[in-house]
Amino acid sequence: MTQINRVAGGQIDRSQELKFRFNGKWMRGHPGDTLASALMANGQQLVGRSFKYHRPRGIFTAGPEEPNALVQLRDGPHREPNTRATMVELHENLWATSQNHRGSLEFDLLAINDWFSPFLSAGFYYKTFMWPRAFWERIYEPIIRAAAGLGRLSMEEDPDTYDKGFMHCDILVIGSGPAGLMAALTAGRSGARVILADEDFRMGGRLNSETFEIDGMSAADWATQALEELSGMDNVRLMKRTAVYGAYDHGIYGALERKTDHLKTNDGSPRHVLWRIYSQRAILAAGATERPIAFADNDRPGIMLAGAVRTYVNRFGVAPGQEVAVFTNNDDGWRTAQDLVSKGVHVPAVIDTRDIAAPLKLPDTRVFMGTAVKGAVGKKSLRAVGLTNEQVVSCDALAVSGGWNPNVHLTCHQRGRPVWRDDIRAFVPGKDLPVGMSVAGATQGSMTLAAALKDGADVAKTVLQDIGRTPAEASVPKAEDEASNGAAFWHVDSGKKRAWLDLQNDVTVKDVKIANAEGFRSIELLKRYTTLGMATDQGKTSNIAGLAVLAEEAGKTIPEVGTTIFRPPYTPVPIGAFAGRSRGKDFRPYRLTPSHKWASENGASFVEVGNWLRAEWYVQPGEKGWRDSVDREARMTRQSVGICDVTTLGKIDIQGRDAGTFLDKVYSNTFSTLPVGKVRYGLMLREDGICYDDGTTARLGERHFVMTTTTANAVLVYRRLEFARQCLWPNMDVHLISTTDGWAQFAVAGPKARDLLRKVVDSEHDLSNEAFPFMACGHVSVCGGMPARLFRISFSGELAYEIAVPSRYGNSMIRVLMQAGEEFNAVPYGTEALGVMRIEKGHCTGNELNGQTTAHAIGAGKMVSQKKECIGNVLSQRPALIDENTERLVGLRPVDREKALIAGSHFIAKGDPVEMSHDQGWMTSVAYSPNLGHSVGLGFIKRGHERLGEVIRAVSPIHETEMDVEIVSPHFIDPEGTRLRG
Amino acid sequence: MIIPHPLLGPRDAAEFVYLGDACLIDRPDWKANDALEKFHDYGYMRDNPPGDHQELWFHEQGDRSWLVVTRNVTTHEISKVELARDVARARGRDK
Repeated sequence: MTQINRVAGGQIDRSQELKFRFNGKWMRGHPGDTLASALMANGQQLVGRSFKYHRPRGIFTAGPEEPNALVQLRDGPHREPNTRATMVELHENLWATSQNHRGSLEFDLLAINDWFSPFLSAGFYYKTFMWPRAFWERIYEPIIRAAAGLGRLSMEEDPDTYDKGFMHCDILVIGSGPAGLMAALTAGRSGARVILADEDFRMGGRLNSETFEIDGMSAADWATQALEELSGMDNVRLMKRTAVYGAYDHGIYGALERKTDHLKTNDGSPRHVLWRIYSQRAILAAGATERPIAFADNDRPGIMLAGAVRTYVNRFGVAPGQEVAVFTNNDDGWRTAQDLVSKGVHVPAVIDTRDIAAPLKLPDTRVFMGTAVKGAVGKKSLRAVGLTNEQVVSCDALAVSGGWNPNVHLTCHQRGRPVWRDDIRAFVPGKDLPVGMSVAGATQGSMTLAAALKDGADVAKTVLQDIGRTPAEASVPKAEDEASNGAAFWHVDSGKKRAWLDLQNDVTVKDVKIANAEGFRSIELLKRYTTLGMATDQGKTSNIAGLAVLAEEAGKTIPEVGTTIFRPPYTPVPIGAFAGRSRGKDFRPYRLTPSHKWASENGASFVEVGNWLRAEWYVQPGEKGWRDSVDREARMTRQSVGICDVTTLGKIDIQGRDAGTFLDKVYSNTFSTLPVGKVRYGLMLREDGICYDDGTTARLGERHFVMTTTTANAVLVYRRLEFARQCLWPNMDVHLISTTDGWAQFAVAGPKARDLLRKVVDSEHDLSNEAFPFMACGHVSVCGGMPARLFRISFSGELAYEIAVPSRYGNSMIRVLMQAGEEFNAVPYGTEALGVMRIEKGHCTGNELNGQTTAHAIGAGKMVSQKKECIGNVLSQRPALIDENTERLVGLRPVDREKALIAGSHFIAKGDPVEMSHDQGWMTSVAYSPNLGHSVGLGFIKRGHERLGEVIRAVSPIHETEMDVEIVSPHFIDPEGTRLRG
Repeated sequence: MIIPHPLLGPRDAAEFVYLGDACLIDRPDWKANDALEKFHDYGYMRDNPPGDHQELWFHEQGDRSWLVVTRNVTTHEISKVELARDVARARGRDK
């Protein structure tokens, strides 16, 4: 296909040709084209099908407001649906397809929806698919969803990468049209750090689309010159292809920079960069968006906005057709006619709704004043338009101009409300702008070129003075105030035919009338009932016309009806850009334990625990599944000795004269009485009396304690201690630092633990039971003088120690321990065996301390001291929390020892129905105990401590299981504690 | 948001962790006769007026100081930032 619609001029490089494919067909364009302009050049008017009725649609605009020309780019995993052809920069081998049709674009099988349109108007789904109710989810919704919607995702992982970046500036200028350029020049010349961002790949905004003169040169040339000056300034950063999509608090803006979409391949470099821009001040110069006039069948391919036609003709050197008529309610439409004629395109007629003298005389053009277009002829492309005076004008394209709406979007992002201006018949930004934002140019209603240039300079001067800079002297370039003289004219009565307001969502004038008639009169309700203004274009071309129709129906003025405000993002931002590098295994950072390298050399399988990767078990040759490994580790630890990396537990170093008193306040039990060289188990409550965290705290000196927390709560407990120290007891002499990463810590547990440690700890330290009993702690040295800390504490219930060395020696320490343990057949054990042994011993972890349990429930009620002030002790005494009839921690075992307990089962008495009202408690933790040879569990059951020996049903409706279990003491192994004291 | 830290200057809100209303500083007397009631209110009852709130923020990715930030919850304007320890002392904590 040749480029039949090319006309002279434009900012495209005709010396080069680019090949691209649309629906499999090869076409040609030039560097500087968008996909839309190249399709137009090739005479491709039909580019897609509409959302609901599958009507044929063409290109409607030349910018981000495009509602129709949504295409799918690329194929395979790189496929990207719903891309606006008007924003896609053409490149060699670009691969695009139309979307939302079944069968070919030309013969869409679902076009039949259009025939049923009388049944598919506003609210149709809500009214029709109500009965039978069960059909909605299974039948109606899937069918509707398959028929409607836009493009299709590839359903494969996105192979591209995305980055995030941070930038700071004095003044962020958004938009590089006449106002934005003048603002950037003024600010740049004054030495301020400026960022000028524009969504387009060519800066200059409408200056590239119009034939105005500035300072005696063409507007586009003036823009080029201004940009050259700006790019020569070190204090100015020009960011094209960068959409500022959101205005956030305190001068922070979100921006999406498209880095590689315009290249044939990105070679793995980031496709987009999501910028967070910190600005002292921002100047919004986002311009305005033209609005259409609705009439019957005004959605036919070939009908487009008049300003967009000027963009295509002047910037891209392409005409939308061979015979382009113009329909307008203002002087702007006449400029379109003039620009077309000057490029040799025939304009058969200008139809103007105003009953005034024609502002311009054009040879070969018929003029109809006080006349409107009533309807369109042609289906897949426009053939003619019918006028209100019953005349018919043959044409293959129609340029429509209904006036311009300032792009107020970013001014609304912090709930700013636009205000109506009658003189320009549009909403402009109100006074309640985001902090630090100023508005210039068409966005604030300065609708002419000369006014926009002056406005840009003036606003920049004010902003510069605000931030304490002296504005450089600059003259505003000379330009003319073009005439506009618009009149309010929103839609032409379409009789029984449909007149489109929102092309993207297939919302017609009739739909808005129905909504009004049915009482959906608030603008917010109208939006939700009809879907007016939703989806990728967010109603950029349709909102105001919809409002006007609603106002007319309700007999109100537009400002009385009000307007919807806008939220971020201004234009679509891919989810991938928000995710950036935080995806897959990099979703969040991960932390490795000091023994990680050794563990991975020794068959460890790892599990995520918070941010940590911990060994869950170590596979030995011949082991068939994880249970083999875990059973062996738990058994060998109890028989001989096992070693586990427990570095991940939180460690908080607490020092100061008041350290003991401070601990009394944050723990429910007392620590100030703990002797130096001893460790104590501590239970922390929340202020509401519920258990928060537990762990051991060692007193290494008179003024020095080391607290351990659970792995999960390490950060939270530290935060909370700082709160207590700074906010609750601010005069205590106590200092905190987290040393979790500072010390590598290993548990050495089992009957041979002491023998093993004697080989590692230097001989001057007496490890005998008398000299270093259960719950002792102290400084020792290992391996001939290496300082270390030793704690005699036990989570497994065995004779056990934890030994800590500075982290950098952790890798050596695990190797030394394992080597020393060889003669005892020492095993490393992972988190699973740790879990098995703690259940066997009846120790609580997160399964039990889940944010719902009291000290009373875990049998530690007596630990909550009422003799001192501490967090949580007052509210822990609320009657319901210490009620004797509430759940208590117990051990459980299956009556049939061959059966495996199921965590999450609920306890129901024999004969009672399985209902919440008969629920007596639940199973929190279960494990197979290799030491007992059957399944063991922990759980909470009402008055459990008084019910040892009782048999009850453990029911899990989810697993559809039920079994008899026996209530026993939670201490399955060594209930007297002789092992750990041995 | 940007929080002007009294010691460190303007910092991005992402460096901080929010806790709640600064009335959490005013922990009731545990020995008072109506302590149970007072602690109930301390734990659960909050005013939530539009306009200025005094809030506790923790500079977790920074110097680990707790701050009392006076912030208008409808506009997000931050009018005052103090070290929570200074506020606690001024309110007579731990005399």
